[in-house]
Amino acid sequence: MSYLAILITFIFINNFILTQFLGLCPFIGVSKNTESAIGMGFAVIFVMGISSIVTWLLYNYILVPFHIEYLQTITFILVIASLVQFVEMVVQKISPQLYKALGIFLPLITTNCAVLGIALINITNNYNALESFVAGIAAGIGFLLAILLMSNIREKLDLIKVPKPIQGIPIAFISGGLMALAFMAFDKALLTNLLG
Amino acid sequence: MLKEFTKGIFKENPIFIIVLGLCPALGVSSKLINAIGMGAGVIFVLLGSNIFVSLLKNFIPDKVRIPAYVVIIASFVTLVEMVMEAYLPSLFESLGVFVPLIVVNCLILGRAEAFANKNTIKASIFDALGMGIGFTLSLMLIALFREVLGAGTVTIMAIGNFDGVIKIPGIYNAPARVFGLSAGALLVMGYLKAFFNWYSSRKRVS
Repeated sequence: MSYLAILITFIFINNFILTQFLGLCPFIGVSKNTESAIGMGFAVIFVMGISSIVTWLLYNYILVPFHIEYLQTITFILVIASLVQFVEMVVQKISPQLYKALGIFLPLITTNCAVLGIALINITNNYNALESFVAGIAAGIGFLLAILLMSNIREKLDLIKVPKPIQGIPIAFISGGLMALAFMAFDKALLTNLLG
Repeated sequence: MLKEFTKGIFKENPIFIIVLGLCPALGVSSKLINAIGMGAGVIFVLLGSNIFVSLLKNFIPDKVRIPAYVVIIASFVTLVEMVMEAYLPSLFESLGVFVPLIVVNCLILGRAEAFANKNTIKASIFDALGMGIGFTLSLMLIALFREVLGAGTVTIMAIGNFDGVIKIPGIYNAPARVFGLSAGALLVMGYLKAFFNWYSSRKRVS
């Protein structure tokens, strides 16, 4: 698969939130305003890019040579958790501005299933190191796109009158469903039309 | 004890009231059997992690408790993965990436942190069973809506000659396929949550 195809697949066709249901908790939890949605989105792109390449290296150079592939779930979640902590410390040291923007979102990312999800999907799809990295970044961009659209919708929803039982989470899910309906337009045919 | 058990099923239902563990709830709910399989996996992991966290609560240093919980949970998830792959390969196939993702199901870590590390083993077992069964029932409810509307079938265990698929006349020939897809899952979840909001607000008034 070419890199462009991977990029399009993970941003539009297999959008992590709207078609794969990975990362729904932050999608509902952190989409109340645009500013925090953007912060969360970029933090996710950052962590997913780094963690896909690190987990790939770990799987292919440690787990496979020692024949302990069955430990992949434990290894990946520990690596992701410590990586997130490490990234948090590095960002805090190097760039206080970036830390101010992303800081509070980083700890939340450990339990974001999208990060572990992309690590596992990369292994299942037999991607090489660079493909894994591109897939990680693309899935992150897809997440940013979905959460950004959602936060815009929810900011508009604040201004209109919504029936009491549907307020809050239910209307967020229903808008998400309608968005997913629109994303159904992006399917495999898009890829063949674009790239031949 | 009974209160610890029933609170997970109704009053603090993980999916519809506290809204935790959503990704698997929507990801595997296109068929009833997948929902049951996922629920069984979650009950097992939740039970194991609650027992171990409650046993070890005096030995785990407070500062490293979250990584310790994650290791406990991940070990049980690996067990579930291996057993399921060996004995129920078709279920394992259709649940796919969501089996290892039980690790990051916030429900399990949430119960370890909020309940098991403060309570006795017995209470933790009841809490795990209640929460697990509440999770499974909610998943089955979502799956029932999605499968009946989206495919016109209800898939349960295959026994003998019976392949486990019950076809519902009328819907089977012309199902609303969108409910089987991702958009339908989000819509069903939204309307069910709205129903539960309405129901609990009505009960509070009366």
